[in-house]
Amino acid sequence: MKAQRLYIDGIALWSPALPGWALARQALRGQTPAEPPPPLTPVHRPSPALLAANERRRAPDSVLVALEVAAAAVAMARQDAATLASVFTSTHGDLGIVDALCSTLATNPQMLSPTRFHHSVHNAASGYWAMATGCRAASNAVSAYEASFAVGLLEAATQALADGTPVLLVGFDTAARGALASVNRSQGLLGVALVLAPLKTAASAFALDWACEAGTVPLPPLSSAAAMALTGNAMADALPLFEALALDADRALALPLGPAGILRLHTSPLRAL
Amino acid sequence: MNGLLNAGQRIAVGSLPQRMAPLAVSAFTAACAAGTGVNALAEALMAQRSGLLRLPDMRPTPDWAGPGEAVATWVGLVDALAALPLPAALTAWDCRPTRLAWQALQLDGFTDAVAAARRRWGAARVGLVLGTSASTIGDSEAAYRQLDADGGFPASHRNPRLNTPHALAAFVQLALALEGPAVTVSTACSSSAKAFTSAQRWLHAGVVDAVVVAGVEALSASLIHGFRSLGLVSAAPCRPFDAQRRGLSIGEAAAFALMQREDGQSSDTGLQLLGYGESNDAHHMSAPHPEGLGAEAALNAALARAGVDAAAVDFINLHGTASAANDAVEAALVARRYAPQVHACATKGLTGHAMGAAGLLEAVICLLALQGRGRAGTAQTAAADAAFGPVFAQQLRLLPTPGPSHVAASHSFGFGGNNCVLLFGTQEGAARS
Repeated sequence: MKAQRLYIDGIALWSPALPGWALARQALRGQTPAEPPPPLTPVHRPSPALLAANERRRAPDSVLVALEVAAAAVAMARQDAATLASVFTSTHGDLGIVDALCSTLATNPQMLSPTRFHHSVHNAASGYWAMATGCRAASNAVSAYEASFAVGLLEAATQALADGTPVLLVGFDTAARGALASVNRSQGLLGVALVLAPLKTAASAFALDWACEAGTVPLPPLSSAAAMALTGNAMADALPLFEALALDADRALALPLGPAGILRLHTSPLRAL
Repeated sequence: MNGLLNAGQRIAVGSLPQRMAPLAVSAFTAACAAGTGVNALAEALMAQRSGLLRLPDMRPTPDWAGPGEAVATWVGLVDALAALPLPAALTAWDCRPTRLAWQALQLDGFTDAVAAARRRWGAARVGLVLGTSASTIGDSEAAYRQLDADGGFPASHRNPRLNTPHALAAFVQLALALEGPAVTVSTACSSSAKAFTSAQRWLHAGVVDAVVVAGVEALSASLIHGFRSLGLVSAAPCRPFDAQRRGLSIGEAAAFALMQREDGQSSDTGLQLLGYGESNDAHHMSAPHPEGLGAEAALNAALARAGVDAAAVDFINLHGTASAANDAVEAALVARRYAPQVHACATKGLTGHAMGAAGLLEAVICLLALQGRGRAGTAQTAAADAAFGPVFAQQLRLLPTPGPSHVAASHSFGFGGNNCVLLFGTQEGAARS
């Protein structure tokens, strides 16, 4: 197919070691921050300001990290969260919730709580984001195993082109817990987000040219120790693009798009960040 | 009728999308409790033959229902298909939902239609969008009932590709030898309705030349006990829109359609996807917006994309779950927006609520109505709840009727406030718009 152009207006990343894009960007460039962050109690999960304190306590890790990066990317893009269409992609959803759900169902299914059940749906983060922002625009929740980020990006990109409107893309995965850890390999908590715009705006940070083609490629190698430290998470197929977005130079990438496809990406910075 | 516009040309005006080029429905099939294959399904719809069975009457209690006392509810099973094994080459994927998917793919010449698309465009140009809510979670549930000494999955269940939401889509992609992009859409009860929307966008962007859209859901303990925990399962067969409605009957289904751009050679059915609309309620995780604002936004977007007025819609397959809240909100929406003489029906009393597969299954019921194979009724329901008023009482048809339809709407409203409305039409229906 002919390459299509979009613009990246918002970029966000959160992991316990890299809580926010400013820190993550330096680390993914292979740099040690000039001023190391002040020593804090390690933060295992984010506290998105969008949620009230009682909701933050109850919300699963997946919802917290998704809302944290979504809000940060939308703020960078200077978009109104209440009108943005969104695509939430995750390889496994919330593995802690799935573990608790399956444990209860195997032992005493009558004890399953309605809150745990509605937290288990794959679109829980999408639903919480819509409620927190009052956004009634289309919101999707998708998955594609080890190509979940690339396929989520395809989904968001085709939507931005079809509707001519900006689209928020959020990718997240959580650590495997309990018995699931014997079969699903995912470690740590990782959230990433982009705001993709069909037209260049004052907020546009990169031009993104993309195209799909047939074939197979391995996931591109990572160059930073910070990104390599995150490869145990099931959203790791996002890392090559976020390393590219940490640079001030053009980058070409080929991401696996499932077993027999390739998503070709070309990023060009539009302004000094 | 507008042509296919180039990417970037369809800038939204206000909050409504611009009209889209209709897509051809090249082939379709479905299997559910009411019937396997479109002929059996059409007959069951016309005869109002329900596939629902009472779960506590099943001896022994099926494994998928979980341990302990069976939940007092009725379910829509496709046991005849779930009993059949997968071909030897695919046994690594064996579980109830993959069996349902495989058997449904063999019905109604569907695999032949996909093979023709693969030959015409090349396997890399045929994509797959599969909607499911719980996917293969039943297999994870089974593993948790027989954990090994270390507390891990038993060796027989240690298949990482099977214990993930994308498992069903990966299986169908392999079974149909497709090499284009494949995605799992999992937005609860709107999942497979939204499969059509991704298909349209992929075709619009030129990513692919044909898309298999799918909806597959198998019964599992998480669905049965999850909805029980919410107080949403009915002890009797569900009665959509009845004053005596007491909640859902859960069902399973597998349904598929092959979508291509309308080029005069791509439709063997003469039917088209005219438009779609998606929205979120931004209200509650498990209850609809009380005024149906999200559902109405989805309807408005679907009408705008189709370039159709609500008055032109002559058949509606309602979401109609028989939950107190859904049916009240949906009845009000239908009464205020559609023509009083529209034929509106809710079919979950025949099929059960097929969750993530419901959108595609009910799209197939719309396609059957457009083919002139009859307009379904609302089985199990004695009368529309008087609280919904006289207009809705006229719109909701309790009995099936023969006769043609030209523009059909399908409503799918899900958990997390996720809504999708689809509009299908005959070529005559599209020309009228």
